[in-house]
This record gives sequence, C-alpha cells and structure tokens, in this order.
Amino acid sequence: MIARLDPHDHTTHANLRPGQAFLRIDHVDKAFTRGSTTSVVLKDVNLSIARGEYVSIIGHSGCGKSTLLNLIAGLTPVTSGAVLLEDKEVNAPGPERAVVFQNHSLLPWLTVYDNVRMGVDKVFGRLKSRNERHEWTLANLDLVQMGHAKDKRPAEISGGMKQRVGIARALAMEPKVLLLDEPFGALDALTRAHLQDEVMKIHAKLGNTVIMITHDVDEAVLLSDRIVMMTNGPAARIGEVLDVRLPRPRLRLECVKNAEYLRCREAVMRFLYERHSFVESAA
Amino acid sequence: MSAILLKPEAFQQASPTATAVPTPRAEIIALPPKRATESQLVKRLNSMFVTVVPPLVVLALMLLAWELACAGPKAALPAPSRIWAEAHDLVTQPFFVNGPQDIGLGWRVLTSLQRVAIGFGIAALVGVLLGAFVGQSVWAMRGLDPIFQVLRTVPPLAWLPLSLAAFRDSAPSAIFVIFITSVWPIIINTAVGIRNIPQDYRNVSAVLRLSHFEFFWRIMIPSAAPYIFTGLRIGIGLSWLAIVAAEMLTGGVGIGFFIWDAWNSSRLSDIVVALAYIGTVGFILDRLVAFVGELATRGTATA
Repeated sequence: MIARLDPHDHTTHANLRPGQAFLRIDHVDKAFTRGSTTSVVLKDVNLSIARGEYVSIIGHSGCGKSTLLNLIAGLTPVTSGAVLLEDKEVNAPGPERAVVFQNHSLLPWLTVYDNVRMGVDKVFGRLKSRNERHEWTLANLDLVQMGHAKDKRPAEISGGMKQRVGIARALAMEPKVLLLDEPFGALDALTRAHLQDEVMKIHAKLGNTVIMITHDVDEAVLLSDRIVMMTNGPAARIGEVLDVRLPRPRLRLECVKNAEYLRCREAVMRFLYERHSFVESAA
Repeated sequence: MSAILLKPEAFQQASPTATAVPTPRAEIIALPPKRATESQLVKRLNSMFVTVVPPLVVLALMLLAWELACAGPKAALPAPSRIWAEAHDLVTQPFFVNGPQDIGLGWRVLTSLQRVAIGFGIAALVGVLLGAFVGQSVWAMRGLDPIFQVLRTVPPLAWLPLSLAAFRDSAPSAIFVIFITSVWPIIINTAVGIRNIPQDYRNVSAVLRLSHFEFFWRIMIPSAAPYIFTGLRIGIGLSWLAIVAAEMLTGGVGIGFFIWDAWNSSRLSDIVVALAYIGTVGFILDRLVAFVGELATRGTATA
C-alpha cells in the first residue's frame, strides 16, 4: 500500500491537489545494473510535496533513502517514472535543488567565505553586482552564525561548524528545494540538537521547502511537517506517511511532553521496529 | 597610580609596606613575554643544532675515512686533501670567466639548470594536462595508460639518438631528453590524483553546474594538487639525472659536459667537486619543489 497525501490535512499543504504539487515524485523506480546483475533499489515511489513543507524521509540503513534524495537532486538518473519540480522534469543536478551533504563536502582549499561565495557567484553571477554578492555571502554566513569564521579553512573549524557552512552554502543559492542528506548524522548529540534548532529557525524565517534524510526518530518528529517512512530494500517503497500536527515554533523541551509528539514518535518507532520485520518477511 | 606600581623599582621601594594587590600585578605584566621569547629562541637554536650537527659529523667521519683509504702513493682516486689542493678554486670561485670553455662551475650549473627549466617546464604543463585527460576519461586511461607504463621504463639516454636524429641539434635534443624523462611520473601521478577526487566534490560541482573549465581549475587542480606535486618532485629529480647524462654526450657548457671533459683530461679532483655541485643542486631542486608544493597544497591534505 502506498500512502498518499491526506487532502484534509491542516498543515501547509492543506489546499494541495495532485496536479498542483510543488515537487512531485511520480512512479519512480530505480535500479542499478552492474554487469549482468540488476538490483532494484526503489520501486514505484510516489510523493507530492507542497511549497514550504518540511518533509523527512526515514528508514533503516540501505533502504535507498539516500538514493531517493540523489534522484531528487538529479545526481542519479531515474530508471523509470519522473521527478517533477514545478511541473518540470528534473534530469540533472542544479542549484535550485541545493544539497547539504552528510559529510559537509566543503572544499578544503577554500576558506569558509570562498566556499559559500563560489555558489553565490555561480548562481547570481549575472544577476547581482560584485558588492551585492559579497553582502549576500556574508548575510548567509551570519544566518548560520558563522560570520566570525569566514576566513578560516574547513580543517580549522569543528564538525558542527562545517555543517553550518554547508547549510549556508546551500541556502545562499536560494534553492527552490533544500535537500538535506543526513545533515546531522556525523555530529555529537549536543551539537546536533543545537543545529536542529537552528534549522527550524531558518525554516520558519525563510519558509524553504525542505526534504531531509534521517535515521533519527526524534529529529524527524521535531523538525518535520510530514515523515515519509521507507520499507526495507531491496525494492524499497514508501511504507507510510505520517503527518506531524505539532504547532510551530516547536520547542524541544515542550515537545517531549506533548501528546502529539509522543504519538508521532511511537508511530514511527512502530513502523521501524515492528512493521520492519513484517516487511522483511513479506519481501 | 597604577602606572607607578608597574615599575619594578617602585615595586621594590613599596614592597615593605605594600598590600597584596600590587605584587601580582607587576609580576603578571613583566614576566610572561620575556620568558616566551627566550624559550622560543632556545627552541629554534636547539632544533637547528639537532638537524645540522649530525650530518656534519657524519660528513667529517666519511672524509676522514676517505683520506685514510686514499692516503697511499698508489691510490687510484685522489684523497680529499689532494682534491682541495688541486681544485679549491672551483669551490671558492664558482663564477669566474676565463674564456668560452673555461668558466666557473656556477655558470655551468646555471646553464644546465636553464635546460632543465625549459624541459621540465614543458613536461609539467604537458604532464598535468595529459594526466588530467587520462584521469578523467576511462577510455583515455584504457588506451594510453599501458603505453605510458611501457614508455616510462625507457632509460633517458635511450631517447637521445632518436632525438638527435629528429632535431639535428644538441641543445633541443638535451631538452627533449629531459622532457621525455620527467613527463611520465607527472602524467601518472596527476591521473591518479584526478581519479581520486572524492565523489562529494564532483557532486558539489554538479549541483553548482560548474562548466568543464571551471571544474578543471576550481576542483580538479586543487584536489589533485598533492598528487601533482608528488609527480613534479619525482620529475625534477629524474630530469636532473637526465641532464648530466645527456650533456656528457651532447657537449656544450653544462655541468655534465664538464665531467666528461675532466675525465678526458684526467682531472679527477675536478670531477669530485662537480659531483658535489650536482648533488647539492639536485637536493635544492627537490626541496624547492617540495616547498612550493607545501605552499600550494595547504589545507588540501585534510578535509
């Protein structure tokens, strides 16, 4: 069964019709062929995402959630089906779908400033003057509170700081969709919580459409409007989509006592740890 | 008031009746910088001592052993003392000019270095471009890599007759031999460096939609720089090896020809001095490329 968007939902995508979706993943299959063996990673994935929505994709390791993100980013071509952004097919990577990579992927030979500036120059090279691009770069570094370290190289700053810069680089491109590939996975718990709060603030301020890959249940519930749960591979598909009806702004300490938070948390846990085994035996 | 308290004399005068407050103030301001500079100087001198003295001691011991071994009247090779007596002018006056063929070893080394600079410069340019091509394209690698692997084992001098036949002149032939000797490690290392560019950087450039040219300059070259400089360092060593051999055969005023000339006129002491020159220059070249490499690849080694 493939869970579809609930049309009576009260959150940001309340008035969404199938044809109106901002980003649509339409009957997407993905198979990798190596030599004579073909392995199906994703099978018949359907998902519609509204503008400004924060969607998390959660699943066990190897379920193909990163592959799904790469398909949306255009880094990997779909085998069949299509990814549509504003009704235009995605078939190559581009700055309107900026990616924050799991291991930050900053270029170590450039300073923090230059890493962000490179993207700014590429996207706004013709649209903004030199001075405007400089200001825009600084503004985005300030947004993630990294303005103070703009002249440092990635090797000189901590993991959390690198990830902040990675987020600034992506945001600075003014993407239509921000793709986060396990952005906090490599960070310690305290830094992670701090950055999650930061991302929530930025999302509230800018209203970006965000798709985040994660394997952390609390992270998914706290940050998302909807949680997309993937079944186990091979041939993974979307098992269930959960609406998180928590009001924003969400405060970490208040949420942990909230009944809706606990309901969502339990639902995701049940999917991952109960139905997971069911899915495996069925596959 | 606080300005007076900072002065040590004032502090001493005041000390019998002073309260606890001025004492730490004066100490904190006066002492730390002095201590820091002193220890830094000592540290630097110490590290210099540790790196410079051991090789000098070993050198002295080797010269002593050599002196003893070649002390007898029937010794085939000159002892250090005899070399110094016969050829010390070559060491003390590297830049004399007494005629077209009678010039100081410094000039000869510079002539050789000029050839190396041209040959190695071309090799660096061609090597990096060809290496980038081979590293980037699977088919170029499949087609060219085996050929490179065979050609790189051909000794430098084996190319010389062919290049003499092709260029019909000794000067471009020597440069060609340097080029063909040093280009292979540059190509191969560059190709390996390009092949090892992390997929993440490729993804970044894909998301940014960098053009091929931008990708080459902004991602490929900096990312592969440590590998490229390894290739350049091997290359400069090989080209210095090749120049001496090539000059022995092609003539001219280089340091290689000087050795050949000295051998023909039985000036063994001159040959020893020339060897010392060649070794020193080779060492400096190697360090120079390593130093430039260190400067250029700051930050790339660790992510």
